[in-house]
Order: sequence, then C-alpha cells, then structure tokens
Amino acid sequence: MADFSILTWMLLLPLGGALLILGLPRDRVGAIRWIALGTSVGVLALALGLLLGFDPAQPGPQFVHHWNWAPSIGAAYRVGVDGISLWLVLLTALIFPLALAASWTIEDRVKEYMALMLLLETGVLGVFLALDLLLFYIFWEFTLVPMTLLIGIWGGPRRVYAAVKFFLYTMAGSVFMLVAIVALWLLSRPLTGTGTFDPAWMAAHLSPLLSQEAQRWLFLAFGLAFAIKVPMWPLHSWLPDAHVEAPTAGSVILAALLLKMGAYGFLRFNFSLFPTAAQELALPLAILAVVAILYGALASYAQDDFKRLVAFSSVSHMGFVMLGLSAMNPLGVQAALLQMVNHGLSTGGLFLLVGMLYERTHTRDFRELGGLWKALPVYGGILIVVGLSSMGLPGLNGFVGEFLVLLGAFGSAALRPAAHGLTALAAFGVVLAAVYILTMILRVLHGPLPERWRGLPDLNGRELAIMAPLLVLILLIGLYPLPFFAAMQASVQYGLAAVAQPIWALR
Amino acid sequence: MVWMPLLPTLILTAGALGLLLAEAFRRPGSTTGMAWGALGITALGMGATSALATWGTIEGIYSMVLWDRSAFWLSLTILVGAGIAILLSRHYLADRGIERGEYYVFLLLAAAGMLLMAVAADLLIVFLALEWLSFPLYVLAGFARPRVESEEAALKYFLLGAFASAFLVFGIALIFAGTGLTNLNDLAAWLRRPDPDAQPLVWVGGALLLVALGFKVAAVPFHLWTPDVYEGAPTPVTGFMAAATKTAAVAALIRVFLIGMGPALALWSGPVALMAVATMIVGNGVALLQSNFKRMMAYSSIAHAGYLLMGLLGDPALAVPGVMFYLLAYTLATMGAFAVAVGMADPHGEDQSFRAYAGVARGSPGMGTAMAIFMLSLIGVPPTAGFFAKLLLFAAAWQAGWVALVMVGIITTVISAYFYLRVVVAMWMGPGEAARLPGPYPWVRFSVALTGVGTLLLGVLWLMLGGLSL
Repeated sequence: MADFSILTWMLLLPLGGALLILGLPRDRVGAIRWIALGTSVGVLALALGLLLGFDPAQPGPQFVHHWNWAPSIGAAYRVGVDGISLWLVLLTALIFPLALAASWTIEDRVKEYMALMLLLETGVLGVFLALDLLLFYIFWEFTLVPMTLLIGIWGGPRRVYAAVKFFLYTMAGSVFMLVAIVALWLLSRPLTGTGTFDPAWMAAHLSPLLSQEAQRWLFLAFGLAFAIKVPMWPLHSWLPDAHVEAPTAGSVILAALLLKMGAYGFLRFNFSLFPTAAQELALPLAILAVVAILYGALASYAQDDFKRLVAFSSVSHMGFVMLGLSAMNPLGVQAALLQMVNHGLSTGGLFLLVGMLYERTHTRDFRELGGLWKALPVYGGILIVVGLSSMGLPGLNGFVGEFLVLLGAFGSAALRPAAHGLTALAAFGVVLAAVYILTMILRVLHGPLPERWRGLPDLNGRELAIMAPLLVLILLIGLYPLPFFAAMQASVQYGLAAVAQPIWALR
Repeated sequence: MVWMPLLPTLILTAGALGLLLAEAFRRPGSTTGMAWGALGITALGMGATSALATWGTIEGIYSMVLWDRSAFWLSLTILVGAGIAILLSRHYLADRGIERGEYYVFLLLAAAGMLLMAVAADLLIVFLALEWLSFPLYVLAGFARPRVESEEAALKYFLLGAFASAFLVFGIALIFAGTGLTNLNDLAAWLRRPDPDAQPLVWVGGALLLVALGFKVAAVPFHLWTPDVYEGAPTPVTGFMAAATKTAAVAALIRVFLIGMGPALALWSGPVALMAVATMIVGNGVALLQSNFKRMMAYSSIAHAGYLLMGLLGDPALAVPGVMFYLLAYTLATMGAFAVAVGMADPHGEDQSFRAYAGVARGSPGMGTAMAIFMLSLIGVPPTAGFFAKLLLFAAAWQAGWVALVMVGIITTVISAYFYLRVVVAMWMGPGEAARLPGPYPWVRFSVALTGVGTLLLGVLWLMLGGLSL
C-alpha cells in the first residue's frame, strides 16, 4: 500500500463525517449540522492545500495514491489530480459547504440528510479523482444513491417520481458504460495476465489495437452514460424533474457538480481511450450540443416556474461545455473546462437564490412574483449579478467561458466543415440567454410589488455568507481568468495529444 | 479419508437427529433451546467446511462425492442461509403460535441434503441429495398450518416437486441406459468419445435433467410454483428456499452440466441460453407488477436464476468463481431482505404488501438502511456485493461470446431497479407514522446487521483477499 495521499484524506473525511453523524442521537440536530459543515469545510481546506501544492507544469496526475486492492482482476485504487480535474475538485470542495449551509432550514430527518450529503461528497470527489475505470464506475454509481434519496425524501410534491426517474435514467446509461468497461478489461487480460482497469495503460497499449468499429461502439457505450448525465439533448428529460423536485442543496449539487461528471467523463475517458472514434463523432456531438444550447434557451424562456427556468438554462449552458469539448482543440477544451466551473458557480448560485426566495414566498411562480427589488434590495442585487454571470456579460465569468468556447469551436479542425455555421448558431444562444435571464430578472424584481410580499425579510447573514464566495469567484474569473487556464494548460495539451495529432493525417 | 467430503453433511444430519431425540424428551414450552442447538450445529458445520477448505480436492466413496473449491463456497453459502433462517425463525414461530421443535430438525435436514448436493459427483448422489433436501422443505413450506396459503404452498411444492424428481430420475435412467454410467466424470469422458447409437438416449436424458433442475432453480418456464410457494410459506422458510435451495440447485446444474455434460456444451448451450433469457425477462418483467413483497422476491429469485444460468455458459475461468460469489452475495442480500420483512411484519397478520412498509424507515432507520443496501445489492449497484457478482458473470458471458445474453442481462438489470426501488421508496418516502411496532427482536436485528455489513463489504473483501483465485 503506497503512502496515503491528500486525495485519499479528502475522500475519507466526508465518509468519516457521515459515520460520525450516524453514531449521534437524532435529536442533536445542532451538532449534526455543525459536524457536517465542519467536515465539508475541512475538505475545502484540504482542497486549497492541494491547490497550493499543485504543479501546473506537470501534465500527468499528481498526488497519486496507488494501491492494487484486487490483484486477481487487476483493479486498483488509484486516485490523482491533474489540470483537468483540479478545478472540478475545488469546485466540489467549495459547493458542498455552501450547499450544507443552505440546508440549515432542513428540519425533517436531519441526521439522514446530512449523512447522505457527506456520502455524496465522497462520491463526487471520487468521480473526479479516480484513475481506474472500475473505481470510477463505483464512485459514479455511488453518487446515484444518495442523490436519489435526497430528491425522494426531502424533495417537492412530485419527488418520488423525479427520484425514480433520475435513478432509472442514469442507471440505464451507466450499465452500458459498465459493459464497455468489462469489454476493455477482457481485452486487456491476454496482454497483462490479470487484466487492468487503468485508462492510461489502455490509452497507450489497448486503444491502438482496437478497430474503428470497436472504438465507435465503446465510445457510444461510454458516451451514452455521460450524455445522460450532462445531459445532452435529447436525453435531458430527467433533468427538469430532478432539479425542480430536489431540495435546494440537491439542485445546487446536481447542477454544479453532477452534470459536470458527464462532461468530465467525455474528456477523461472517451477522448483518450477512443481517439479515432472521437474525431469521427465530434461533429454529431457538436450538433447535439448546439441543439441543446438553442433548445435549452428557448425552453427556459417558456417557463413560468423560476426553478424550471434555471433547470433548462443548465441544458443550454452544458451545451456550450459540450461544444467546447467537441472542438477538440486546446482552446475549446480549456474554455469548456472553465465553463464547467462557471456554470457551477452561476447556476449553483441561481438555485441557491431560488431556494432562498422560495423559503420566503413558498412559490416559484413568476405570475405571483414581481417587484421584489423593493422588498429585497440585497437579494435583488445579488440575483442580477449572478443572472448576468449566467447570461455571459463581459466582465463576469460566464463571458470568458462562452466566448472562448465559441472561439475554439470556430477554429476547430475536428468540426470542419460545419465549424463556422455551428459557432454562429451557438452564438445565437448567447442572445437567447439574454432574453430568458433578463425576462427572469424582470418578472422577479421589477413591476408592482404584490401587497403580500411587502414585509419579506431580506437576506440574513448566513445567506449572505453563502453567496459571498460565489460572487467573489464570479468577478475574479471574469476579470482575471489567466491563472485558471494556466493550471489546466499542460494537462489539456497532453490529454488532447491523442485526438489532436492524427487529425491532420486523417483529413 | 474417503468420507471427508461428507463431513459437513454428516455433522448436520447427526445434529438434526440429535435434536429430534432432544425434542422427544423436551418439556413443552419455548423452543429457544432447540434454536440454539440448531445454530450450534450449523456453526459446527461451518467449522468443518472451513477446515476442509485447506484440504484442496478430495474424492471420496468410489468417486461419488468430490470436495473442491466450489464445494467449499457452495457449502459455506448454504450454511449461511441456514444459520440466518434459524435466527429469523425463533420469534417468528413463537409469535404465530406455530412453535414446534421439529421445525429446526427439518431445517437442518434440508440443509444437510443441500450440502450433499454441493459435493455430488455422481448422478445418484444428485438424485439422493435432491430428494433429501426437498422432503423437509415440503414440510417446512406447510409449517404455518392451519393457514390455508401455507398448506397450499406445501401441496403445490410437493406435487410439482415430485414431478420434477420424476423427470430427474427418468433422465438419469436414460443416461444410464445409454452409457452404463452414473459418475459425472466418467460421463464426461464418455461424451468425448460418444457411442453414436447411444447418443440420443443421453441427449433426451440430459434434457430431462435440465427440466428437473430448471424446476428447482426456478427457471422459466418451470417457475410457476415459485410465487405461490414463496408467498404461502413462513417468511424465514421462504428466505431459506430462495437462497439455500437455489444454491443447491445451481450446484447440481454446475456439477451435471459443466462437469458431466461439459463436452456436449455445444448441444445444451442453446437451450440454456434461451432459458436464461426467458428467465431474466419474465422474472424481472413480472416482478414489476407485484404489490406484495414476498411475491416480488419470488420473481426476483426467478430473475436471479436467469443471471446464474448465464454463468453456466460463461468462460469457466471467470464464471465458476463468479457463480460461487454470486450465490453468496445473493444469499446475503436475499436473507437480509427477508430478515427485514420478518422484523417489520405484523406478528398477527401476514400483510406483506408494499403498503405495509410505508414510512417504516422513519421509525426504524436502521432497518430502512439495511433494506436499501439489500435492494441495491440485488440490483447490482456498487459497492455492494451484488455489483461485483454481476460484473463477473457479465464478464464471463461476454468472454464466451454471449454478447446478446449480456445485453438482455443489463437491460433487465435496469428494469429490476424499478421494482427493487419500490421497496426503498415505500420505506423511506412512503407516508406513514413512525414506529408503530415495538421494533424487531435482537435475533432479527443481529441477522439484519450481519447480512447488511456482509452485503456492503463482501465484494470488496472478497476481491482483496484473492477474488478469482479463491
């Protein structure tokens, strides 16, 4: 067993916190909440330590912890972080304390709730850290269970339907990925004796041996699981239900983190393991991404429910992420990675704001809202900033991500000959974003203030403390994104070597 | 040392007879002592099984019995199932006024028959073991007499079981007529250089064996008895039948088809694959429609027979350890689920509809958590044992080229998620008050804890300790 890396502590800490909470009597609600929050803040501290120790020049994984736990099948516990996963790990470590702080208003079965949240944190971190296909799959599926229970127990009126739909939809995709993992493992057995689940080894030794057809099938099997998670149009129909019914913290984590797992999976596994299939399928992927951008934006505009609007805007934003990834050039991929973080911050923030509003008004229907700026000036100001960030206003983080995604797609060799047309259509999505975001701001904040909302209290200290880090990052990334790109550059270039190189030879 | 492979069987048989004697002289009243005795005997059997584990391969009694790795895992699984069934029975019987000492005797005798099946290397032993394990089960299924459902279960199981036995014995007779052999290794040797004239007899005999064992393992289309018998039988017996009987039947299938009929794989793989597909689809499909927990578990048991049949066809290097592990994982999850069912059941009624489970996790979060773990394991969600088990079986089948079978397997797995989740949904998300019941007895709690922790950790432990090479 190799030395424990900081990453293993990051995985064990929430697990330990969950076990500690399970050991407490259920009426000690205060202690349970503080332990949960303390644990997640501890993870955040570890993550910041990780950031300090991270070497941006090194393309490969760092802080690796390797342990061959199942020698007879060649499965390893192998975790590590590189420029691709670094920001997602940090985003996870940041979002969880905020989500837990936003869950202070949960009163029903607090013990179970907090334990499940911490288990979920271990699962999400594991997905971003795992460098072994079996381990990745275990974490991938593991996130499903706590999320389903969070939606199903603490969700809205249609929570059971939404929870079961979420579980079945996601699982239906995952099992195909499992079969693909099994197939890869079986192919690796004659070469290694016991077989291996190491994607780096597979990319180097196995992928070149795969026929184009085999690569295509395996790409699709992995891709189905990831596409459902992203979600890509037309596999998105679980998302509005799950987002709307989930409790606030659940929606935040779902939007900010779980959707990223899908996009991350594409980049981490599909591109490196099946490079030639990836080049072949880049264009269809980009077309679906553009459809998602436009469809998500239009659907978002059509909503009367605040939360549904934000949910559909996720479909649109994740379309930008997928467009950047399918550009398969360093610019597009880096922009996509940043856009994942941006979406986590802005959409996570919007879900938090929806939740805070709902706790005051007990409605999310635009037709009953309006004029709230008069009653909630601080809330209104924050909502506008986060909304504009989601919209892609220059100076805020969303602009940097979306603009560079478009730039990357425009110059993409993988998307030729449709690169320019797709970019133009996607750019139109930015306009649509302005339409639905500004409409949302209009319908929530402007107009006459209904009499019954006159006495609503503005944000309290806890809520301000939740929003503050998001606002700081929204501004920071918007004004000075360079350090964020600097950390991911080496890994992205390295990761794209397989898909970017032979493309000139092919065409 | 020719008797060594029989050691666990003999221990259980002798113990059962000893208990029977004790029962005759026992003062009327509580049967707690009998339950302790039965537990002790089961533990002794486990001790013997573990001791034999280090012995490697032992042939015994004119090669009629064989102790090997498979026998070890099968025996262990059967004894785990029997032990938990005993733990669950103690209060279940008392609460329902059907507390009779011979219950434990029958249970141990059934387990002894199953242990014999685990070491069978001869068709005669297969037949003997099948009868031996079946007769006590017929009685146990009807143990909740005078409840009509229980009597119905016993009668149905007996009539159809007798039918299956007839198929088995006729199949053995035909094979014997064709080859003059009953030993499975000799049969395999014969099949490698078959006598063309006698071949048809052997094929027909093999088909009859498949029918008989298909009945015992609850494979489609020989599964029709399962839901009624499972529903009617006392819940601990249902669990025992679902877990241990299935293990014994799979043991028979492995011995007869993988060893005895191994060289004729090309002939029986088609029918077995069809059976596997039908079993997975019907089992999981019909389970969707159930609103009663025990009936749902019956179809679940059918569905898992389908996955296990897939294991017969897979690459043996993966499939044999895969099936062994699958049975253990399945036994833990199934016995655990029935343990929760026993713990949650109203002692005076037998309401096992999902409605009866609504909201119980509020009052008993431990039971709710355990049930969730069992259901997730039965679906095959990591990191539970069921995940690794399914992984191995799918890998084995894929390796042997049964891609279509794997596809059916994974699609039905997704379908199965729906009905297994219904239990979790009912317990955790259903409307209902907290804790109407006094809470389960310590014996039941212990079983739930044991199977719950086992289900959660076994997969990882098994792989850490050696996995495929165990």
